[in-house]
Amino acid sequence: MMRLPWFNYRAPRSVAEAARILAAEGPDAKLIAGGTDLLPNMKRRQQTPATLVSLRQVDGLKRLVNGQGLTLGAGLTLSEVLAASALRDNYRALWQAASQVASPQLRNMGTLGGNLCLDTRCLYYNQNEDWRRAIDFCMKRDGTTCWVATGSKRCLAVSSSDTAPALIALGAKVRLMSAAGEREVALGDLYRNDGIDYLTRQPDEILTEVALPDQSGWKSAYWKLRRRSSFDFPLLGVAAAVRTAADGTVEEARIVLGAVSSRPLLTVAGALLVGGQLTDEAIAAAGKKAASAAKPMDNTDLDLYWRKDVVSTFVSYALREIRGDDMSATRLRITRQVL
Amino acid sequence: MNPNKKLEVVGHSRRRVDSRAKSTGQTRFADDLSLPRMLHCKLLRSPHPHAIIESIDFSRAAGYPGVHLVLTGKDFPIPFGIMPVAQDEYPLAPERVRYVGDSVAAVIARDEKTAEEALLLIEVKYRLLPTIASPEEGLANPQPRIHDYGEQGNIHRNQSYEFGDVEEALANSDHVFEDLFFYEGDNHMALEQQASLAVVEGDGKLTLSTSTQDPHYLHRQLSQVLQMSASQIRVIAVQNGGGFGGKCDPAGHEMVVSKAALMLGRPVKICLTRQEVFYQHRGRHPVLMKFRTGVTKDGKLTAMHLQTLLDGGAYGSHGPASTFYTGVLTPVTYELPRFKFDACRVFTNKPACGPKRGHGTPQPRFGQEVQLDKIAEKLGLDPAEMRLNMVTKADSLTASWLKIGSNGLAECIRQVVERSGWKDKHGKLPEGRGIGIACSSYMCGAGVSIYWNKMPHSGVQLMLDRSGQVTVFCGATEVGQGSDDVLATIVAEVLGISTSQIRCVTGDTGITPIDLGSYSSRVTIMMGNAAMQAAGRVHDLIIAAVAEKLDTLPNSVVMSQGRVFAAEDPNKGMSFAEAVVVAATKFGTLGTVGSYTPPKPPGKFKGSGVGPSPAYSFSACVVETEVDTATGMIHIPKIWIAHDLGQAINAVHARGQVIGGIYMGLGEALMEEQVFRRLPPKLSSALVHKIPSMLEYKTLTSLDMPEVEVMLIEDPDPNCPFGAKEAGQGPLLPVMPAVANAIWDAVGVRIDEVPITPDKILRALELKRAGKNPRVGPERFPEVPYPDPVFVLPPGEGGDGNESKKAERSPAHRLVEVTAS
Repeated sequence: MMRLPWFNYRAPRSVAEAARILAAEGPDAKLIAGGTDLLPNMKRRQQTPATLVSLRQVDGLKRLVNGQGLTLGAGLTLSEVLAASALRDNYRALWQAASQVASPQLRNMGTLGGNLCLDTRCLYYNQNEDWRRAIDFCMKRDGTTCWVATGSKRCLAVSSSDTAPALIALGAKVRLMSAAGEREVALGDLYRNDGIDYLTRQPDEILTEVALPDQSGWKSAYWKLRRRSSFDFPLLGVAAAVRTAADGTVEEARIVLGAVSSRPLLTVAGALLVGGQLTDEAIAAAGKKAASAAKPMDNTDLDLYWRKDVVSTFVSYALREIRGDDMSATRLRITRQVL
Repeated sequence: MNPNKKLEVVGHSRRRVDSRAKSTGQTRFADDLSLPRMLHCKLLRSPHPHAIIESIDFSRAAGYPGVHLVLTGKDFPIPFGIMPVAQDEYPLAPERVRYVGDSVAAVIARDEKTAEEALLLIEVKYRLLPTIASPEEGLANPQPRIHDYGEQGNIHRNQSYEFGDVEEALANSDHVFEDLFFYEGDNHMALEQQASLAVVEGDGKLTLSTSTQDPHYLHRQLSQVLQMSASQIRVIAVQNGGGFGGKCDPAGHEMVVSKAALMLGRPVKICLTRQEVFYQHRGRHPVLMKFRTGVTKDGKLTAMHLQTLLDGGAYGSHGPASTFYTGVLTPVTYELPRFKFDACRVFTNKPACGPKRGHGTPQPRFGQEVQLDKIAEKLGLDPAEMRLNMVTKADSLTASWLKIGSNGLAECIRQVVERSGWKDKHGKLPEGRGIGIACSSYMCGAGVSIYWNKMPHSGVQLMLDRSGQVTVFCGATEVGQGSDDVLATIVAEVLGISTSQIRCVTGDTGITPIDLGSYSSRVTIMMGNAAMQAAGRVHDLIIAAVAEKLDTLPNSVVMSQGRVFAAEDPNKGMSFAEAVVVAATKFGTLGTVGSYTPPKPPGKFKGSGVGPSPAYSFSACVVETEVDTATGMIHIPKIWIAHDLGQAINAVHARGQVIGGIYMGLGEALMEEQVFRRLPPKLSSALVHKIPSMLEYKTLTSLDMPEVEVMLIEDPDPNCPFGAKEAGQGPLLPVMPAVANAIWDAVGVRIDEVPITPDKILRALELKRAGKNPRVGPERFPEVPYPDPVFVLPPGEGGDGNESKKAERSPAHRLVEVTAS
């Protein structure tokens, strides 16, 4: 089997202690929570941190406050997030996104914070070290060229989180703590459109908490495109959240795409919906607008042109579901699950 | 044994003999084995697709703490290969690497990690050579040759057979259809990654415990490569976590750990990573196909000219057989008076292709069944009816001299048509929903061994002792298909006991009689017949002894339900164990042997050895689909399959095999593909497997699996034990074309290649909307220098099975009106 590289292991008991270790060790230290992303990457030598700082025994990271809004500790496993009461009714996009991450076993291990900080993915990068040696490596690790587009100045690895687009659509903020202090940022601002430097989080910062505002008046949905109904990372994620007046007029709308760039893509398509009803025409126009922003590349599964072709259809699925259309048959066909 | 006895064990749904171990995790696979002082082996693999090895310096690796031995190609001067005509592999490449992943050196160390670290210290100097990425490139570039043997240039195998004058028959046909198809290569994806453990035992002999389907062939090849008498080597085929053909070839790593154990006197183990399994490969050949098929206006076949072009990868493997199999089984399903097939296998700088479930036949089966659907459409015939009207007959000979025994295909078609509601659905479902049918046949064991000999293909030995315990020894290999259960069942049926009284000892060249292995769906038939003979012989000893004791005639003694008794008075008798005591008292220690040799094939021409089988299984499959016209996404709610397996040995287990075949077939139809990436040539010479991982190489998950309704058709075959034919490979074959045909019925587009992905469907739908030919598939078939055919007259035309001279034919025959479909 593939073996892990050598590393030092630290198991702090508190966020403060973890932050102190990170500050002292510098960028060669990495946080580990569920390990479902990091450990396979380490076996493939995509990442070779000198020190792993485990969050498993850190107090407070599994905090869950469900009242006006929802606060989720970053250390909650995805299965624990899914078990939060009323998540399915009130934070539907998150529920639909979290329940489609990987497989049940991986959701039992993988955490919410881990899914938000998920390393960007690329078929030239998510390979064993000897495979990468056969292509003389790539820009993201040990090489200089981006093989996805050899003229590219930046790495085109893909943001592959399901929960990030959903949480951005729901208006989430995240709390980052370090030895120097703490800050809260809108989740969208955590990401950068660069496959290598994809987070604005500093190496010594710990993502501790996700805060969601109250969703009264909002409805949301998340649709995931992938080859199979389990396991696979998204080839496209569409998260939409819409706030409507009593008469159905859209007051606010956010449409966020996942897996079509190096960061979750908050599109301007939502703005097209504001002031009108969710008619078929409005939905189609929003879908078209969102699709124009998507830039899938040939570094994930399935044909890239096709992946772009279906963006507008998937946006329309999400918006129609929000409108109240019964989409269960379509859901069942595409995901083999009613969500 | 009374042939009219009601079956007590055979045919019933029973718990498999190995089910407890498998479901509780007790089964020990090769990687579960561990011995004191065991060392671990890792292989250094080539990063280049084609290169000369100029030098290897492993001094730093050899001196690394914890390293015990470094081996290179110099340590293995003798080549090997599963087929006698393709001895082209070395355990470690001596002077040339032929694909990314070809093994170059081995490190044996105290643990895997140390070995892995030492691999990085080996310095190999390569001189790069131009690469061949496809058969088309191989045909266009005879130089550099990937191997210095083969037909010419980079053509490994090239052959042509013609049974009756095909051009004449095409000229006289009402219609001739010409179609191109492509079938992408794919991997077996057995859950167990290959592992091997070699040890020199206390008696100085070598034992290799390994994930293999064919311990006997491996045993011979080990003896050849190690230059050791086979009597000094024992190969144990450990229970395999799936094989599907991927563990049929002897593999370099098995030779490497054996050599290392001999040199070091310590146990040495290796376990391949998933990526290495993709490099070892031996999976489905990518095949480009061209069919020219003549039909009468009422939809009967008149002749077929089939041409295939196989992407062989870097080594011979089973390739010579695979090349034949892209043609030879084609005439078994439907009556085909004349048949010609040309086949060509080209070497490329990719992992070697070989046998995978259905070995070479799913590709032409896909093409033929999709073409039949097009023919039915053109002629206005119901595709199911058309097939039903031309199924081959029982006890007949094909134009290519294959002898068909029992044949339940017509019943298979009738069953799937009825159960699926075909008549109310085909052509009648709303846009976006459709239904498709396809049929197939498969062999029940290759009639000829891989190396020439006249000895039995399977041997079974029975040992009975006074406790009533029955131990069955056979070289057959349990790869998950249930061969141990089949073995126990057949012996239990003959001896009138239950399978729980039997102990199976299998797949061990040190202590079991030779069976050729788990390939070509041969085990139930060949091992089963050998087991029947061995059990029949001990049955006769027991009833003779018991008859004497009961004072009756042997043929009125019955062995049933654990007792041996007089037919006229069931109270007059004894338990099975008591009967064994009676028999052992009379005859001495009880033990018998049985063996099986397949019947001589009727064809006598050179090359007639590939295709003949003691029996053929038949299947018919109906697939229902829903296709989303906005995205091209495919949903398959249900599949119906009827499989003529002669007689089920264990009904629930047979169903499992059938459903497993559907699962694999559906994966190939929709997503599985072993594909490669070539980087921009100006920047890199890389040619790498695109997705060598279980995450990115897609197979269906349990959620993606539709409901399957299985109908087992039991038409017993006289050549088979209790009439039982195969169920392990045949049911896969009709799935892919049935999916393609259902998609046509749903949305009116033809996808003439697999995998059938949503982007292809969407592209075809766009062509349809634009008024163009709504088809996605290969557009051209390259010029292939096929040889002049071996011409054989079909049985119906006065042939005797030998090659004969073809009658002069006029060039006018070539002017056939071709209907492009």
